Amino acid sequence: MENIVKVGMADLKALCHPAVLTTLGLGSCVGIALIDMRTKVIGLAHAMLPDSSQINNKSNNAKFVDTAVDALIIEMERLGAVKSGIVAKIAGGAQMFSFSQASDLMRIGYRNVIAAKDKLRQLGIPLVAEDTGGSYGRTIELDSATGILLVKTIGHGIKRI
Amino acid sequence: MSLDFNKLDNFQIDVLKEIGNIGAGNAATALAKMLRRKVDMDVPKVKVLKFQEVSEILGEADIPVVGLLLRVMGDIKGSIMFILENEAARIWVNILMGKPQTEKKGYLNFDEIEVSALKEIANILSGSYLSALSSLTGLNILPSVPELAIDMAGAILSVPAIEFGKLGDSVLYIETEYLEGDTRVVGDFFLVPDFDSYDVLLKALGVIN
Repeated sequence: MENIVKVGMADLKALCHPAVLTTLGLGSCVGIALIDMRTKVIGLAHAMLPDSSQINNKSNNAKFVDTAVDALIIEMERLGAVKSGIVAKIAGGAQMFSFSQASDLMRIGYRNVIAAKDKLRQLGIPLVAEDTGGSYGRTIELDSATGILLVKTIGHGIKRI
Repeated sequence: MSLDFNKLDNFQIDVLKEIGNIGAGNAATALAKMLRRKVDMDVPKVKVLKFQEVSEILGEADIPVVGLLLRVMGDIKGSIMFILENEAARIWVNILMGKPQTEKKGYLNFDEIEVSALKEIANILSGSYLSALSSLTGLNILPSVPELAIDMAGAILSVPAIEFGKLGDSVLYIETEYLEGDTRVVGDFFLVPDFDSYDVLLKALGVIN
């Protein structure tokens, strides 16, 4: 009955109510959920890298946190969402492997989360909830009826944020 | 020059396949020695996939898998990731520790000794894989001690995928199938050179100028 739509890695989607957007197995990537409760338009992005300006190949908007948020808002506005009413919830940004020597590869989750927060602040979109960091994967589900983001893990419980 | 895996020609794919073949062959020999049993393998499959498809390599993106990650140092820098389905990891551990294959306690429960056994397998496989690559290219390539994580396939795969993300929109990996007696075990290898190292590698192989 429910309209559940999957969002893959380096992918983004926006939908009108009633709908559930889900992304499975978020690791160091960050999941950015945007919700406009008045129109019940929801959007979800699964971004891999913090910053598009450091990379040459930018053919895919959804790959980078900064361009993914911009693209997602445009998609949502197309479905009737009003930017001033949009709030955000983020999840993911884990460090899946612990190496003693910190390298870029290892800190990427943390950097993705920081980039997401910076981008949202810049656009004036309030970040109302987050479940980020740690060393474990997350599956998330965003429900247009409630605006609740369900976060499932293996061995680290279930959260509703 | 940055490399676009979607534009690799047949020759380049063949070279990568051959590296996979030699590396996996070496790894099978090393495993056979360790287990003192005959270990066969199928010709490895080199695959290029879009990100959106990556997390489904092993089925659904949220099924638990065992991921082993090693840093690569020397003339090229990067990482090697070896991924085993949970069931396959259990089979390897049982073989290595001389336990019957009926031993199947909760997939996610590997005790400390079993985790060491899995890391040892990663060591042997990656070590022999890298030494094949090293003698083929003349490059000095050294692996670090492996780190292990058991979690959702998508979450584990995000680690190599993000590195590939800096290069393009797809991931290259090598699927290898090992056979020990009647037992078939599939393992996926990701060789993930850091941003600048792919060129070094392909130049050393004579694939690009």
